[in-house]
Amino acid sequence: METTLDLSTLNLAVVLPELTLIVFAILVMAADVFATPKNPAPRQWTPWIALAGVVAAAIVNLSVSGREVTLFQGAAILDKFAVGLNYIILLATGLGILLSVKYIPRINKQVGEYYALTLLTATGMMMMGAALDLITLFLALEIFSLALYILSGLNRTSPRSTEAAIKYFLLGAFSSAFFAYGGALIYAGTGTTQYYGIAQVTAAGLANTPLLYAGIALLVAGFGFKVSLVPFHSWTPDVYQGAPTPVTAFMSVGTKAAAFAAFFRVMLVALPFSYGAWSMPLALLAVITMAVGNFAALQQRSLKRMLAYSSIAHAGYILTALAGGAAEGADAALFYLFTYAFMNIGAFAVVMALEEMGAEDAMQDRAKGLGKTHPIMAFLMAIFMFGLSGMPPLAGFYGKVLLFEAAVAGGMIWLAIAAVAFTAVGAVYYLRVIANMYFADPVDESADEVNRSLPLDVGLAIAVAGTILVGVFPGFWMNAFQQSMALFGG
Amino acid sequence: MVSQTWYLALAAFVFSCGLYAALTRRNAIAVLIGIELMLNAVNINLVTFWRYGSMAPMEQLSGQVFSLFVIAIAGAEAAVGLALIISVYRTRHTVNLDELDMLKG
Repeated sequence: METTLDLSTLNLAVVLPELTLIVFAILVMAADVFATPKNPAPRQWTPWIALAGVVAAAIVNLSVSGREVTLFQGAAILDKFAVGLNYIILLATGLGILLSVKYIPRINKQVGEYYALTLLTATGMMMMGAALDLITLFLALEIFSLALYILSGLNRTSPRSTEAAIKYFLLGAFSSAFFAYGGALIYAGTGTTQYYGIAQVTAAGLANTPLLYAGIALLVAGFGFKVSLVPFHSWTPDVYQGAPTPVTAFMSVGTKAAAFAAFFRVMLVALPFSYGAWSMPLALLAVITMAVGNFAALQQRSLKRMLAYSSIAHAGYILTALAGGAAEGADAALFYLFTYAFMNIGAFAVVMALEEMGAEDAMQDRAKGLGKTHPIMAFLMAIFMFGLSGMPPLAGFYGKVLLFEAAVAGGMIWLAIAAVAFTAVGAVYYLRVIANMYFADPVDESADEVNRSLPLDVGLAIAVAGTILVGVFPGFWMNAFQQSMALFGG
Repeated sequence: MVSQTWYLALAAFVFSCGLYAALTRRNAIAVLIGIELMLNAVNINLVTFWRYGSMAPMEQLSGQVFSLFVIAIAGAEAAVGLALIISVYRTRHTVNLDELDMLKG
């Protein structure tokens, strides 16, 4: 048996954006080492080094876009889809870092580790979109998950933060065991772990169907956990509530984007010939996810938990596009996640400004009367809430239109109708926040402080600008995400 | 020569033991051990399918490589998990999952 390693196939350009982030993560750790009690300056540079890394990776991403290459004998791919996902992840990372600058030093002095872990998380998330092999996929999934477990427990003195971390870890590790089992069964059923190979074998009708279908079911359960589909969602509200708010903001968008990107690629590239087996189960999952997410969000007193259930509902909306099975679904999901990054991180940024020291959370009551006491904050929150509810002309509207169009294109008209109905339910709890801000009196005058800082203001400005501009001029962005995925044989 | 069925039966047994432990135990460390058992069952499966699977020639090492990665990840998971268990013990003085109930609503 002879195995040769052809170096020309190790096309490192494919992972250049990820490599850039890793280099900057090392720089962050190196800077952190030079900080001493007498000279803490290098530690204070770490957020800016991390932010420079995000900008550098975005520039590298721009320079590698437009090429379609695979590497490591087909283990990963750089196509328009992977590049698009990279932008979304980098946007979420950048906004997350801006939110963290003033917040993290309050809860944990080891800020260098925080920014290094954030960059490494982003690296794993970006690899999720590039993976073209089940092994790469599993590895990328674990890279970002392990880092996120630590990030959500970053506030080591807080019982809530550590509880969130241990819950997230145990359920996450549990689901990744299912994920690995699913990968093993698909390997057993088709004899390969590469997406194109799996598609080839299933297209030729050579696959061992029982093993393959069992593998698909376990894989869907693993993805369902990561994107928080019902009934795999029970961790979401707890972790979103307990984790430090900048981490929640970053991971609510980053995890969802990365896991959905990989989900779409596995289903549409590796398993399109088993569409008949997975479309209806995914459609049903989407319906119960939208139902549970929206109705549970109605009853939440905590703003962070409300946003957590709303994120579950949004996972349901995105899943409708995948259940449709059309290639446009992937483009619609990317566009939607891009708008979601602005709206959701913006909403969490406002919650972060409202929360009290040590509480790591803000209640619905806290928003009451905000329109009078802090008109700017209230206005921003109103924009994000309108955006998340899908109100035109803000960014969320066109994203939802594209998603439901993709469901219709796949012949699931009933699913699109259900999704629109649940969107109407969702509007109730978003609008209730706005009503509280403008039509209710402040509950507690003493809790009037709002924690603002320059980096947070910059982050809020970017988020609100994105929510409005992408909504008013959607054409450019829709084109950027069009026909993004390199399909099998296409 | 041991047949493929025995290996798969062993893997299924180990996976079930792990699943049972992860679902029924209330001690965080016991749950972690259960999860590690599940991952090891995956490894047995992967190597068995590589050795006996009829779908691909044995020269293709995907099954072995996959199982190596799973071993490495299981190690990393144990390290992170135990660290988190220690940090939760320091704030709450318990690792019983039923007593970790501050977050709900």
